[in-house]
Amino acid sequence: MIALLLRDLRLSVRAGGGFGLGLAFFLIVTVLVPFGVGPETGLLSKIAPGVLWIGALLACLLSLDRIFALDWEDGSLDLLATAPLPMEGIVSIKALAHWITTGLPLVLAAPVLGVLLSLPEGGYLWVVISLALGTPALSVIGTFGAALTVGLKRGGLLMSLLVLPLYVPTLIFGAEVARRGADGLAVETPLLMLAGISFGAMAILPFASAAVLRINLR
Amino acid sequence: MDLTVRDLAVARGGVPVLEGLSFGLTPGRALVLRGPNGSGKTTLLRTIAGLQPAFEGEIAGAGERIAYAAHADGLKSMLSVAENLTFWAQAFGTADIAAALTGFNLEDLARRPAGTLSAGQKRRLGLARLMVTGRPVWVLDEPTVSLDAASVQLFAEAVRGHLAGGGSALMATHIDLGLAEADVFDVTPYKAEPRVSSADEVFL
Repeated sequence: MIALLLRDLRLSVRAGGGFGLGLAFFLIVTVLVPFGVGPETGLLSKIAPGVLWIGALLACLLSLDRIFALDWEDGSLDLLATAPLPMEGIVSIKALAHWITTGLPLVLAAPVLGVLLSLPEGGYLWVVISLALGTPALSVIGTFGAALTVGLKRGGLLMSLLVLPLYVPTLIFGAEVARRGADGLAVETPLLMLAGISFGAMAILPFASAAVLRINLR
Repeated sequence: MDLTVRDLAVARGGVPVLEGLSFGLTPGRALVLRGPNGSGKTTLLRTIAGLQPAFEGEIAGAGERIAYAAHADGLKSMLSVAENLTFWAQAFGTADIAAALTGFNLEDLARRPAGTLSAGQKRRLGLARLMVTGRPVWVLDEPTVSLDAASVQLFAEAVRGHLAGGGSALMATHIDLGLAEADVFDVTPYKAEPRVSSADEVFL
């Protein structure tokens, strides 16, 4: 299991591994928004938490089809399935590797990019906390979507359509935590909802992902 | 422990392709599957490897004892030969890749990225993976594709070494490996009659 995680991390930082893909996309979105909506500080700081969350979500979505597609194409997914690793473990490790290579850089980059969007001072902490709590859910749900569409040629569109509705609750509560934090309001309720979604997804979805992967490998 | 297949039927996409298969494989023996293209050899091997359920019948002695090698070698082109092998060794809970590198004459290539290898070299690396799994039953699908004569000899010797160590091998191949001791099983007479399964096909 550790070997699989290390292999995936090593592959992601080598040429063609797509490590910077999500981060670069996140950067582009947050840099372009001020140009698009105008430099008015009041408006920007009002929409900053939402823009950061949408940017992070789309950046996650962009890299999802790499989770299983590459292993499927070169045949290593079949061989992994016959290795003495439980399928649930494989999908959990895949989700964790996706989070480390995509979600974690987004969490770390968000406060820096918040400056570009004149995020209010109180908002930085809550943007980071909400992203740190929410991006694991995005990775786990995304792994489920990737498992559903593995083996489909150009399955990216179908996967996006399948995954987007599942992402909506995470986005609503994650962005709500960030927005309330930025406005200096109480964040407890949306924070608990976000934590619930995140931990619930982590607890249940690996079993679902493993089941659909077994069927898709037949 | 033997690998035993009893009255097995295998299906591809919910349609049975082979039925009534019964054979056994004792330790130290090799069994070569023969049959024309599309006769269901790959489906049979995938079923025995546990990647898909049997349509009918039963398979005993498979599961965690199988090392499966498919058409695709499962190599990561950005990892070196040694890194690829080390990963599979760790995944199967073994550590020693030296014997596998030597067995398939890969020592000189150990530090090369797998993506820069030729087709035959990739195939040798894919087969070397079998030696690091430590599994007793090798299930091989066309193992000698793109191998030259010398590499086929290396492969035959690796199989012989594996058999001598109490392992067994089940292979689908069209090439004469020079394994005179191997039994041959022709799947052609077991072609399944077209029929619809009783199980819910949606979930096949």
